[in-house]
Amino acid sequence: MHQTKAFNYSVPYYAWLLLFVIAPVILLLFESFMDVHGNFTLNNYQTYFSSGTYIRMTFNSVFFAFMVTVITLAISYPMALIMSRLKHAQFWLMLVILPTWVNLLLKAYAFIGLFAKQGTLNEFLTFVGIGPQQIMFTDGAFMAVAAYVQIPFMIMPIFNSLVEIDQSLVNAARDLGASSAQTLRKVIIPLSMNGVRTGVQAVFIPTLSLFMITRLIGGNRVITLGTAIEEHFLVTQNWGMGSTIGIILIIAMAITMYLTRDRKQGGK
Amino acid sequence: MTQPIIEFEHVAMQYGDNVVLKSIDLEIESGKFYTLLGSSGSGKTTILRLMAGFLTPTAGNIYFEGKNINNVPPEKRRINTVFQNYALFPNMNVFENVAFGMTLKGKSKREMTEKVSEMLALVKLSGYEDREISELSGGQQQRVAIARALANEPEILVLDEPLSALDYKLRKTMQYELRNIQQRLGITFVFVTHDQEEALAMSDWIFVMDDGEILQNGTPVDIYDAPINHFVAEFIGESNIIPGVMREDYLVAFAGKEFENVDGGMRPNEPVEVVLRPEDLDLVDVSEGKLVVTIDDESFRGDYYEITAHDDDQNHWQVQATNSAEVGQRYGLYFDPEDIHIMRLNESEEDFDARLEQYEEEEAPDASD
Repeated sequence: MHQTKAFNYSVPYYAWLLLFVIAPVILLLFESFMDVHGNFTLNNYQTYFSSGTYIRMTFNSVFFAFMVTVITLAISYPMALIMSRLKHAQFWLMLVILPTWVNLLLKAYAFIGLFAKQGTLNEFLTFVGIGPQQIMFTDGAFMAVAAYVQIPFMIMPIFNSLVEIDQSLVNAARDLGASSAQTLRKVIIPLSMNGVRTGVQAVFIPTLSLFMITRLIGGNRVITLGTAIEEHFLVTQNWGMGSTIGIILIIAMAITMYLTRDRKQGGK
Repeated sequence: MTQPIIEFEHVAMQYGDNVVLKSIDLEIESGKFYTLLGSSGSGKTTILRLMAGFLTPTAGNIYFEGKNINNVPPEKRRINTVFQNYALFPNMNVFENVAFGMTLKGKSKREMTEKVSEMLALVKLSGYEDREISELSGGQQQRVAIARALANEPEILVLDEPLSALDYKLRKTMQYELRNIQQRLGITFVFVTHDQEEALAMSDWIFVMDDGEILQNGTPVDIYDAPINHFVAEFIGESNIIPGVMREDYLVAFAGKEFENVDGGMRPNEPVEVVLRPEDLDLVDVSEGKLVVTIDDESFRGDYYEITAHDDDQNHWQVQATNSAEVGQRYGLYFDPEDIHIMRLNESEEDFDARLEQYEEEEAPDASD
């Protein structure tokens, strides 16, 4: 009796999973074995692995996603650490979360205003005597904006894991002779690794497939897998090739999840 | 007199308007087992945190071997703590936890292995080096926490209600073992508890605290036999507290009669409180009793009967007897003059100690420091 009831309630979830997760992935897999005319083929994969362009593009994606993740982590960890010790921690967390409510496109346009030839940043550089620089459409600009967009998703899990650390563990470390730096290295950082792992997953994977920012800020000089998929589906209409890259992306995500998985509790 | 290892001088602690400790003065001597005894909110844990260095007093001075340590951080104090919830590092195994302090000091691997196995042997956990903390029971975690603190070779070990989470039997065993460890190593222990039985069983010296003040300090026997006031008498063990009048030295009137006793130094006819411990009272024949009581109730407690009774003045009495008594029957109540303890109302600890010293020549030579 109870079992059937529980099953009835879970029907919507299974339906959702089937329709919006499993079915699309199967379709994607199916499509990746189709050529432009709808015939079965392995050519898409062959093209992907034999042409240097796609491999380079994949490497580029991974490299940029890696850089963005590292930058985000370098900024977010100290920020989360400081915030977790502030009196009104929840208020500061709110300020960090607020920008995520603003549409990504609006944020990108705002950065164009800042980074443009006659933008705010260049005005400042002229004012201090360095003179205007080419900021838009550079790798640096792309990474800066991508990192900015991703920071809240890194801060939140790290902040939560830091707040969860029992204060008496920190006291115990100090009590046993650890300086604040040693306490941070030996106790706080190891105990907040779960948050870091979640943050890395939340930033690295979406960054692999970012395409809006590559176009607006990176000026198509930075081509990631996301950009390539968009091109194939919307421009060249080669759905098969787009799907193949999609499958590659899913595999890349699975690898990331595996590498950042939560290893046996407390063990090494 | 030897120099105290820790000394508190008018130490006060307050958060905003909330006064946690009023002016505390205390001295801790090296090599003894001290207990801070009080109910929750009495300020006992605050004293512990001040000693360990997690708090800085808002007024007064704390000295360690004569040097002011008000602003010395915890890692620079030769004092280690056993925390109430053990605070073992969950990301490390037993060995790494116990060796934590030594790792920081950069001790050699061989030295650490030796010390860790020595400490684990001390707390009877030999061979547990590779266990994860999550695999240990509460009692075992407790032992690891003690081993970890002792591995740092502190001058003083402070323990914050370390036994409160353990079951009765384990608590008894740990009380015995802690006392044993303290005596073997000769380290000063400062133990915090709300359990008076625990305090009496383990300590060389007890500080009874209430509401941010030390009410009384002394050996367990002193405090039990001669509580300073109503609060201490009630808090330490069971007691019968009866209003009385001190007629003259060694003569007290209560329950409508006059009795010979051993206290003195009060004004003639001063109103006082009389304390009689339930285990000092005997039920005898009506003709042999100093008072006559009627039995109200009796409950069996295993090793004794707990009997409640009332006398003809409607004072209630608690008696611990080895033999059963019949409810509703009249019995005589017998006690010796030494069993009567007199408490003056609102007497300060200094006056109390001075008076005791004067009138109890034959016992308690160390009632005051």
